[in-house]
Amino acid sequence: MSLELFYELLLGLLVLAAASWSVATRDSYSATVGFVSYGLLMALVWMQLQAVDVALAEAAIGSGLTGLLLLGAAARLRAAEARVTARPSRMLRAVAALACTGLAAALAGTVLSLPQSTPSLAGAAVTALPATGLGNPVNGVLMAFRAFDTLLEKVVLVLSLVGVWSLAPDLGWTGRPRLLHPFADDGVLPFLARTLPPLGLLFGLHLMWNGADEPGGAFQGATVIAAMWLLVLMAGLGEVPQVRARWLRVAAIAGPATFLAVGLAGMGIAGAFLAYPEDHAKSLILFIEVPMMLTVALVLALLVAGPPEQAPQR
Amino acid sequence: MNPTTLYGLCGAALVGIGLYGLLTEPRLLRKIIAFNLVGSGVFLLFGVVARRGADAGLGGDPVPQALVITGIVVAFSATALAIALLLRLHEVGGGATLDDAVDRPEADRSSS
Repeated sequence: MSLELFYELLLGLLVLAAASWSVATRDSYSATVGFVSYGLLMALVWMQLQAVDVALAEAAIGSGLTGLLLLGAAARLRAAEARVTARPSRMLRAVAALACTGLAAALAGTVLSLPQSTPSLAGAAVTALPATGLGNPVNGVLMAFRAFDTLLEKVVLVLSLVGVWSLAPDLGWTGRPRLLHPFADDGVLPFLARTLPPLGLLFGLHLMWNGADEPGGAFQGATVIAAMWLLVLMAGLGEVPQVRARWLRVAAIAGPATFLAVGLAGMGIAGAFLAYPEDHAKSLILFIEVPMMLTVALVLALLVAGPPEQAPQR
Repeated sequence: MNPTTLYGLCGAALVGIGLYGLLTEPRLLRKIIAFNLVGSGVFLLFGVVARRGADAGLGGDPVPQALVITGIVVAFSATALAIALLLRLHEVGGGATLDDAVDRPEADRSSS
């Protein structure tokens, strides 16, 4: 067995082990830690599948931000979860295991019987890419060929923020989210929160700017910036803004609003919704990406911070 | 067997593992984690199809790859909303599951 194949096998087994651990372990805190390691291993799998952009998104969002959300929830639910001792009966678990094995086997059969020649849009994407002025085909798909998906994805982000905010208790409405910062007194986190953000900000902007031609992009860059802001907040060096702040609400919709405006303008200038005029595609994409980055960074961090729970101050 | 197929089988197993957790685990936080595993398994199957569509000098078909990135973001939004719902439910009712029989604070149970 070659070293390469051994690595692939080991990686696959580790992914399955981390996934099983995060389902089977008793304590939710360890399940969350299992899920974070699972996400990082998955990022390695995406690298093996030659999908570097996806690997970046998986590591940053799938593992990092989701992990942070889950850890916060696990901490708050610890006492309540300890009271839950009832398990489904052995019979029920056996039936569930059988059904799930059946489904997995059916999917595995589908994977094994995929046709030899896979239909692919890679050729079409590469041929049309020069018209967008971008060099990274994945970014070309996200920002030009399937821009509608990306626009709707931003709308989903804002809508889920509206959903999270609507869960505020009456007292906290329009106030400040209560982000846990359990390590604020410890020396390490405030130190990191003072030294890392300038580098992180630079790296985030680099990912966005470079994403036009290399792996990366506005989304991955925005996640890094969101993480830096969360680091500052969790170290207790800054306060989560009040939900009522007007700048916050404007920034939260700036990205999709610009995207939509450019899309509508495309109807007049280029003849179709979300179409870019031939010579200005790259500059228009950058024009969308900058406010989009602001919106994404802000909304991601606010989704982690949760609904406003502290009463608003004048 | 080539590595791409190996990861395809891995994706299939992940869907199975996640679904099992979703069905058998009473705690809602664990259901959310399990559901994320199901989603991630589906993304991986998508990634395998993308890798098989490698063409024109690219390592994979960029269209499904872009869709997976969008999917990861939407999954995060849905998870954030689900966790906010769960924490609110916990705040109002004190529980961590949807089943009142297994999951009511002691004081509450003795008074009724």
